[in-house]
Amino acid sequence: MTNRIRYHTIDNSPGFWAIFVLFLILSAIGLGAAFYMEHHGHWVTGMSQNVVWGTPHVFAVFLIVAASGALNTASIGSVFGRKPYKPLAPLSALLAGALLIGGLAVLVLDLGRPDRLVIAMTHYNFRSIFAWNIFLYTGFLVVLLAYIWTMLDRNVKAYSTPVGFIGFLWRLVLTTGTGSIFGFLVGRAAYDAAIMAPMFIAMSFSFGTALYILCMLAIMVGNGRPVGDELVARMAKLLGVFVAGSLFFVAVHHLTNIYGPETRGLEAFLLLDGGIYTSLFWLGFVLLGSVVPMVLFFHPATNRSFSMVSLGAVLVVLGGLAEIYVIIIGGQAVPQVLFPGYEVSSSFFDGSVAYYAPSWPEVLLGISGFAMAFLVVALGVKVLRFMPHSLADPLVDAHFKGKADKARGGDAAQAQTA
Amino acid sequence: MTEAPHNDTPALADEARRRFLKRAGLTAGFSLFAGSALAAGLPKALDEATSSERRWGILVDAGKCPEGCTACVDACFEEMGIEGPRVGDNHSRPDQDSQWIRKVSLKNEDTGHALALPVMCQHCTYPPCVDVCPTGASFKRADGIVLVDRHVCIGCRYCIMACPYKARCFVHEAIHDQEPYMPRGKGTAEGCTMCVHRIDHGMKPACVVACHEEGAGAMTFGDTNDPESAIAGKLRDNTTSAIRADLGTEPGIRYMGI
Repeated sequence: MTNRIRYHTIDNSPGFWAIFVLFLILSAIGLGAAFYMEHHGHWVTGMSQNVVWGTPHVFAVFLIVAASGALNTASIGSVFGRKPYKPLAPLSALLAGALLIGGLAVLVLDLGRPDRLVIAMTHYNFRSIFAWNIFLYTGFLVVLLAYIWTMLDRNVKAYSTPVGFIGFLWRLVLTTGTGSIFGFLVGRAAYDAAIMAPMFIAMSFSFGTALYILCMLAIMVGNGRPVGDELVARMAKLLGVFVAGSLFFVAVHHLTNIYGPETRGLEAFLLLDGGIYTSLFWLGFVLLGSVVPMVLFFHPATNRSFSMVSLGAVLVVLGGLAEIYVIIIGGQAVPQVLFPGYEVSSSFFDGSVAYYAPSWPEVLLGISGFAMAFLVVALGVKVLRFMPHSLADPLVDAHFKGKADKARGGDAAQAQTA
Repeated sequence: MTEAPHNDTPALADEARRRFLKRAGLTAGFSLFAGSALAAGLPKALDEATSSERRWGILVDAGKCPEGCTACVDACFEEMGIEGPRVGDNHSRPDQDSQWIRKVSLKNEDTGHALALPVMCQHCTYPPCVDVCPTGASFKRADGIVLVDRHVCIGCRYCIMACPYKARCFVHEAIHDQEPYMPRGKGTAEGCTMCVHRIDHGMKPACVVACHEEGAGAMTFGDTNDPESAIAGKLRDNTTSAIRADLGTEPGIRYMGI
């Protein structure tokens, strides 16, 4: 009786509603920004004929990549049978769906003709990875709904493992599809590489787990529900491994490009003299988004501190956005090589590094993707029993040998007696 | 009452005769017109589907194309009703304006050899823009011309990302006074159509005509599948290449002297 985890909806509190309204306002602002851009046309944005995918794509791709990664936590419990992760699974599936909805909303609202969405759903060219992705994304949402159902309804609980396994495979294929959007671009040296797909998968592990930790801690601690130090340290170390994994793939991609003379100019631009892109890569992604969080996640002095782990996760998210910015915008800013071995110039900016500065509507639309995702999460945890009443270490891990009174973030006594 | 049919019959017969003669006349007239049109060089009747028996292409002799000459570019802008960067009364920044064809100046980094040439949609046999388009708005006609169906384009810009030739454009703002034969619209992708509206009426693309009339005659247009055509002859007799030939897209636009 005492060591059983129960799931409850989130209580009414001024804090919850304040955050809910904040997300609602940010979402509305994003919709307004999208309407402004759609009404006037994309000339009001920083985008151009050279940089056709701007800041909204950075946010959309980040959110879609993070969405599949947010399911990691559930997969580790369902597919790999790690018991401490099982109580974390419902929120994991909810967050995955929410992030995907946020990302897709931004992507769709940035279309040149968002009013023609129905055409995207009725006309398909199956040679296009975009067309496959429409099915991969909608299918993922269906799988997530089924997964959530099997986790929340005792009558169908037996199916949660097989459905969780389908979800795990689906998310791998989904992120392969997202990475291949870039990997299949044969005409652009910055993208045309098979490693884009596994690199995006590695990034998804990292971004998704970071957002999961932040959401989980915010909801649990914000509602006075206990969370165990050991659990947080365990997740922090896991995230540290994922951060290292994504850094590894990014490094291999760059090293491969540096090795070939054809792409050395591209790498010199991105890594040495690309201005904002070089800064975002080294300072944003490598230092603040990877090295500093890894220290925080692996060092025993910091990986049990909720604030330090949260700081690390925030840095992973910001570093991830920086890296996606470098990939998407930096990759377009580099001149396309039509005539290898020639200096080129034209009225169409051939041979010139493209100028791009994000406009406010783009940034606001991008931020609203996060707001929409968190709005879905907030609604989810308010109306359905996604959240455990406690994640104290003795509850989530039967083999826990530490001190139970270390559970923090809420009433420790409640954690032990509940 | 019984007389009526007798009275009407000749009238009806006359009416039928008149209708027959009228139709026969119209048919004969149309046939005569169509026949003369075909004789005049129309590649196909306008209601006839395109055929892969033809492969439209343009050969650009970069050696003849003078630096500074923009006859082809100017003709394209005028033909297609593109305001472009040179008018400047639109909202878009210069880097947001469409340029379906542009003159590119090249200088060999090692030897210093300089040349200039026009670059437009290369009308690839295997067009990456068509492959990546999620809705099928980007498509290739049987005769090799690559086009955008503006009614199916959702403005995702994936084709622009995929084009190795930087030849696709995105319309950044509302367009007014479009040419009736060339629909263009805010939020959709566009690019050189090889003047498909002219080709289907037996005319050459505007850029090719301007190059001959005002420029140096560096462009040759024609059916590369027709061994008797001028372009097929030049392709046979000269060393030609394609931009980024390594990509295997097999463009319909070929170049001499690069």
